[in-house]
Amino acid sequence: MKKLINDPNQVVNDMLEGMVAAYQNRLRRLPGTKVIVRNDAPVKGKVGIVSGGGSGHEPAHAGYVGKGMLDAAVCGEVFTSPTPDQVLEAIKAVDSGKGVLLIIKNYTGDVMNFEMAAELAEAEGINVAKVIVNDDVAVEGSTFTTGRRGIAGTVFVHKIAGALSERGASLEEVEAVAKKAVQNVRSMGMALTPCTVPAAGKPGFELGENEIEVGIGIHGEPGIEKTTIKTADEIAETLLDKIFDDMKLEKGDRVAVMINGLGATPLMELYIVNKKVSEILKEKQIHVHETFIGEYMTSLEMAGCSISLFKLDDFLIELFDAPADTIALKK
Amino acid sequence: MAFGVKQAKRWMSIANDHIQQQKQYLTELDQAIGDGDHGLNMARGFQEVAGKIASTNYEDLGSLFKDVSMTLIAKVGGASGPLYGTAFLKMSLALAGKKEADDKELVAALEAALGGIKARGKANAGEKTMVDVWEPVMEFLREKGSVHAKEVELLAKEKMEHTKELEAKKGRAAYLGKRSVGHIDPGSASSYLLFAALAKALEE
Repeated sequence: MKKLINDPNQVVNDMLEGMVAAYQNRLRRLPGTKVIVRNDAPVKGKVGIVSGGGSGHEPAHAGYVGKGMLDAAVCGEVFTSPTPDQVLEAIKAVDSGKGVLLIIKNYTGDVMNFEMAAELAEAEGINVAKVIVNDDVAVEGSTFTTGRRGIAGTVFVHKIAGALSERGASLEEVEAVAKKAVQNVRSMGMALTPCTVPAAGKPGFELGENEIEVGIGIHGEPGIEKTTIKTADEIAETLLDKIFDDMKLEKGDRVAVMINGLGATPLMELYIVNKKVSEILKEKQIHVHETFIGEYMTSLEMAGCSISLFKLDDFLIELFDAPADTIALKK
Repeated sequence: MAFGVKQAKRWMSIANDHIQQQKQYLTELDQAIGDGDHGLNMARGFQEVAGKIASTNYEDLGSLFKDVSMTLIAKVGGASGPLYGTAFLKMSLALAGKKEADDKELVAALEAALGGIKARGKANAGEKTMVDVWEPVMEFLREKGSVHAKEVELLAKEKMEHTKELEAKKGRAAYLGKRSVGHIDPGSASSYLLFAALAKALEE
């Protein structure tokens, strides 16, 4: 394992120190926690928006803290959900009296820790609502499993909920629009190489020289199948097909597209993937409102990408286009 | 048999010893079907628990288990932090204000803990989770009405080993589907260690 770190047990702390040092005009860290909040939190008259999860997915989630998106991000250990006491501190720090919305990715640990935090906050008299993002179409949701995972499409949910809360909407309204966003976003990913968690010191899974894993989650969890390497066009087609199977899109529909790199994929390759994605959408006469290309939710140094489609209506477009000023996303 | 603050402290201290000794084993079980941090997380959490309760004087069982719960919630993380944290929180509520619990009260408190685990994790027996140890152990205790130390330990062990044959339906292992068969569930293994520690604490 070769990594630019000091101590495997200090990576999250060291990362947060470096982040806050760079952006101290807009972010601060709650003392004694791994919580990053916007400098002006709690913002008067605004519903607080809190998200987070394990670290190692940078710029998610702290990169989306700022005007128009999140009020706080809670950073767990690498690939490990943050604990309820940390989430509770975030909730308390961003509540202006209008309540707080938690945006949670659908992983067992994340859901349980955030739910406990919500219960603790409610016991302290804070109104808390929750939305669970489950955009990954690779794993089927049924009553027998945890359901679909939350991956890169979560960033779209942050954007929409953040935009509406910035306008002074109520907790109920912000929760409703976040749920609507969740219903309209679908993603699917694939990996070319695994990644190495610093404290583990060895790759989380193995892939042969000519193998790829289709349908991985953002921790490299296995997805649909291990297959031999294909062209970018074929991969784009495979991922989109699976998304189309799950999402009803018709001629004339409008979407936002995200081609998300998982940490070790050059932009060149992401553009190549998007060439095919845009061709397929054009063929289907689906209008692309905007395309995000780059690293939005990574998986350490894993190579590969995910594709997300976000179906928009007039109201969602208005919120999508609203201003945002965060480290990783500006509008 | 009487279960007071002394026995409860002994339970947590033995549990910590077991978990420290089995840290690597728990992590290996988790690497096979999960994300490979169960041993590390549990060892960190129970080390803190052992330190905290050894250095504190408790008037009653409720306040002792509340400290256990809060420490696990804050220090373990992942899914097992909230699950074990909730279990001990429910125990602390069931034993609030009690200096000592008789057999019936201890069984009722463990029953409350299982209720908490199931409500938090939304898991039922047969889904390859810690419930596959807790539920049969509680069935046995309900039937007996008291805690038979040695039998509890053997039953918990047998049920932990039985999770090998199950297909995971909950947690990260569920994404592996059939590929999860053949591996012991890490949460059922740490639950076995807890029951084995309880048995030992009651025997002494």
